[in-house]
Amino acid sequence: MGVIPPRMDVPIPPGETQDKILNAVTDEITNKGFVIASADKLFNWARSGSLWPMTFGLACCAVEMMHSAASRYDMDRYGMLFRPSPRQSDVMIVAGTLTNKMAPALRRVYDQMPEPRWVLSMGSCANGGGYYHYSYAVVRGCDRIVPVDVYVPGCPPTAEALIYGLLQLQKKIKRTETIARR
Amino acid sequence: MTTADTIHPEMTTNNTESSFEALATQLLANSAERVPSLKGQLVYRCELNKLISVLKLLKSNENLEFSQLSDLTAVDYPGRIQRFELVYQLLSITHNQRIRIICAIDEGQIVPSATGVYKSAEWPEREVWDMYGLFFSDHPDLRRLLTDYGFEGHPLRKDFPLTGYVEIRYDDIERRVAYQPVQLTQEYRDFDFLSPWEGDQELVHSSLNAEAENKEHAKKDGGS
Repeated sequence: MGVIPPRMDVPIPPGETQDKILNAVTDEITNKGFVIASADKLFNWARSGSLWPMTFGLACCAVEMMHSAASRYDMDRYGMLFRPSPRQSDVMIVAGTLTNKMAPALRRVYDQMPEPRWVLSMGSCANGGGYYHYSYAVVRGCDRIVPVDVYVPGCPPTAEALIYGLLQLQKKIKRTETIARR
Repeated sequence: MTTADTIHPEMTTNNTESSFEALATQLLANSAERVPSLKGQLVYRCELNKLISVLKLLKSNENLEFSQLSDLTAVDYPGRIQRFELVYQLLSITHNQRIRIICAIDEGQIVPSATGVYKSAEWPEREVWDMYGLFFSDHPDLRRLLTDYGFEGHPLRKDFPLTGYVEIRYDDIERRVAYQPVQLTQEYRDFDFLSPWEGDQELVHSSLNAEAENKEHAKKDGGS
């Protein structure tokens, strides 16, 4: 492909040369009908652009989670829609106190989620038991039950904090390599 | 016992309330004893064997009509000979009155279930069984209500340790949630020695003494 300029970082001024290059690229695409991109980047772009969290509100954190989904912060802008089923979701937001009685149910629901899947631990109780750390009935951190990707601190974290956590998760996903040579 | 010597003058605010109270006390004269209380609340103590008859009486009498059991719970007093108290809160919707029936019972004593009188007693009795380990006879379905399946112990008893006996984790090999004995990285620290709510009175007194001693020491140090 002779149209690729020798130095990519120097912009080509509008004119005959630029038209020539643009036309050549357009011809190439229209003739052959494909675009080339890094598969990893494409996957990660798609995954991070449509994170579908599962509705798993356990306590008061769930209210902040609802705020982040409602019109003011509107998670839908980032392509995040709450799903009612674990089989349709990518992210589990553990929003609230995880009790011993709930733990097997949480694990089961996590197991039902299709890969790739991520877990976001929201609030002090889910992070490490929080206020109920010494309780006889509370799991001291949901990472004892499921592997956690992002921890959002707060009691409860604000809706902004949750959105920030989800954006951090997007960043984390973008950094992963699905087809990697090691 | 007459009503006059048990009722504080402040308790009776108007005629209708006091007549209602007099009526209740009169009706319960054989089975329950009036207990002094704040703001004219109706509080009665009764024996365990008379409990159900008292509840029936309060519910069926047309001048009282305590048709609703608002709450049923228990209290643990580890120092007492009869360790537990059962507390029944009743509401008369027609008369806009509330009444409290307290019944002292011992550990291991079997309580007759109130579900025959008040259907709504079913879950509160399950909760009392769960939290205090008080057994109710003739209960239709006496299971634990709140705690984990297979939970051992009764958490609201004062001798139950705050952190319990077991904790939970996911076992990667067995692929299920498993129990293990509690392991704390840091013990629970309680700095509130003076709170009247934090049971241990000996500790409260010893800390008070320690404080007094410290003050004395401080004085001595200041003097020398």
